[in-house]
Amino acid sequence: MAELLFWPAFLAYSEAVLAYAGNVRTPGLAGRLATWGVRLGWLAQTGLLAVQAVRADGFPWSTWAGSLNLFVWLVVTAYLIWGCRPRYRLLGLAVMPLAAALLLTSRLGGGTSVGGRPRYSDLFLALHVGLVLAAFAGFTLAAGLAALYLWQERGLKRRRASVLRVRAPALATLETLTGRTIAVALPALTLGIVVGLVRLREEGGGLDALMVVTLLTWLVYGAYLLLRYELGWRGRRTAYLALVGFLLVITVRLGLPLTHFS
Amino acid sequence: MGLVLVGLSHHVAPVELRERVALDPERAGALAAALGEGRAEAVCLSTCNRTELYVAAEDAIGAESRAVEALRELAAEAAAELGAVVYRLHDEAAALHLFRVAAGLDSMVPGEGEILGQVRSAFEVGSTGPVLDRLFRQALHVGKKVRSETAIAESPASVSSAAAALAQQVFGALDGREVLLIGAGKTGELAARSLASRGARIAAVASRTPERARAVAERFGAQAITLDEVSRQLATVDVLVSATGAPGLVVSAGQVAGALARRRGRPLFAIDIAVPRDLDPAIHDLEGCYLYDIDDLEAVVAESLSGRRREATRAETLALEEAERFREWRSSREVVPAIASLRARAEEIRRSELARADARLERLTDNERRAVESVTAQIVAKLLHLPTVRVKQAAATPAGAVYVDALEHLFGLGEEER
Repeated sequence: MAELLFWPAFLAYSEAVLAYAGNVRTPGLAGRLATWGVRLGWLAQTGLLAVQAVRADGFPWSTWAGSLNLFVWLVVTAYLIWGCRPRYRLLGLAVMPLAAALLLTSRLGGGTSVGGRPRYSDLFLALHVGLVLAAFAGFTLAAGLAALYLWQERGLKRRRASVLRVRAPALATLETLTGRTIAVALPALTLGIVVGLVRLREEGGGLDALMVVTLLTWLVYGAYLLLRYELGWRGRRTAYLALVGFLLVITVRLGLPLTHFS
Repeated sequence: MGLVLVGLSHHVAPVELRERVALDPERAGALAAALGEGRAEAVCLSTCNRTELYVAAEDAIGAESRAVEALRELAAEAAAELGAVVYRLHDEAAALHLFRVAAGLDSMVPGEGEILGQVRSAFEVGSTGPVLDRLFRQALHVGKKVRSETAIAESPASVSSAAAALAQQVFGALDGREVLLIGAGKTGELAARSLASRGARIAAVASRTPERARAVAERFGAQAITLDEVSRQLATVDVLVSATGAPGLVVSAGQVAGALARRRGRPLFAIDIAVPRDLDPAIHDLEGCYLYDIDDLEAVVAESLSGRRREATRAETLALEEAERFREWRSSREVVPAIASLRARAEEIRRSELARADARLERLTDNERRAVESVTAQIVAKLLHLPTVRVKQAAATPAGAVYVDALEHLFGLGEEER
């Protein structure tokens, strides 16, 4: 059943990718089709996660591929909250290809099937994995917003005559949303890290390279908030900082199989 | 009932002739009432680009002559010039024309929004009946649909609206955003007005001549300042509009750079519509500063207009679809009398048969009699339902008249009147 629900989710996300691309050429119907693709895909994936949760023996997304599945769902959920508005459809063109590709990767890694009994306690996994993944989903969206900001800003700086042709959010809006998304995601990462460190202390283990990168990620986003809200940094500099943080997020995600699941 | 359109527009008539036949809403209403006398209907649409008289009447030829005569009277001594420029359209062609007008496809700037309000005003003061009521409501629907389903009206069509749209691209909503206007001429005021119409607040007006600065500032409820005070204002405003006649630069990049530290990263959008330019081009290289001069804005407008023309192709399709829908509606109206006669005939037969059977039904209780009434009425309704639907559908096809004739012949409709 869980495997069966993968296909509608994947196909709907893929349809959204194609429709978002079509919307850039001809805005209107394609954009609405994309939005419905995201909504239906999200519903199917929610069903997939629900089936996994019901059937699993313990925390269902404890594997790397499983956590990727949950991560995709969180990214699409965050995007759905406000990303489906017509002006944000360009963001969909950045987020949905990533969501579709990662969902497929998750399936290839067995993350969409019902897994076995995890190594760690359910509470620890729910808190640690859930919080860190929620934060990473927020950072992914913030990176999409920052990229859209840089693209839009470049158009204005280059005085592209077609700068008004594609409907996109205003620079100020993109910047505010990036800041707010990071401001919401960072506390989740903080709590996730604290839970992880508590368990590490209980088990008497030491920090590995991946944990150090995660802490570095926390520092980068912490610096982002400090520089933006306290020191008045705005514009390209903060957008680049959000992208640097996202590179670290990718590093953590890619490094997980080497350190935590080897 | 035939539909006739008689009119002239900027495509064929010079402004000297258009202004002669132009009507204010009051006169448009009076003329519509005059043309709509008897059982006719009329609406007079008059804008700066066109004067068009829409008349629906049984005698379409007579209605057309009266409309042409009305235009001649309006043109007075220029009436002789009308012959070459007046166009006359009938039925579906007239409907399609109005739908294109409402969609902004007949306007100088494709998709311009003002025309929709003008069509509504003309409709409101018109002398309408079922045909023109339906036509104008559908035209308003087409106008809205084209603007919501295509991007024809989204992009700016003038330098001042392009400047405002670009400012919105930087700040989003302009509500509460502060504007500094340098120069008290018409061009700058126009750009400032465009920003103010979108919610921006004109905070200060600077000019070399304090009296002119004060006069413009007063109109915007702004503060009048001297050019020396501009540097101070640069730290607080969001948009800078400059349009002076100064021979050299009025604001240097150094002045803006000096203000940046106090702006705490807030962007500055600068519009330079002066020739020679007022604002140092190097301002654009500063972080968070965007400077657009007249050439940049005109390039944006040109691109925007070409985009509107691309969207116009999609809008034309929508207008054509609606014209087809209007044609179908008119055709279906033509069968209404035949359907009404058929139903009346059926009801008459039912009642007369019930009356003939009255003696045999005497013994029935009131409830039973009501049941018989109801059952017979249902039988008639069900028998006539499918033919009614089919003949309405057929009416929209070229063979519609044949169906109506067949219906009248088979059921002998209208024979008793002959």
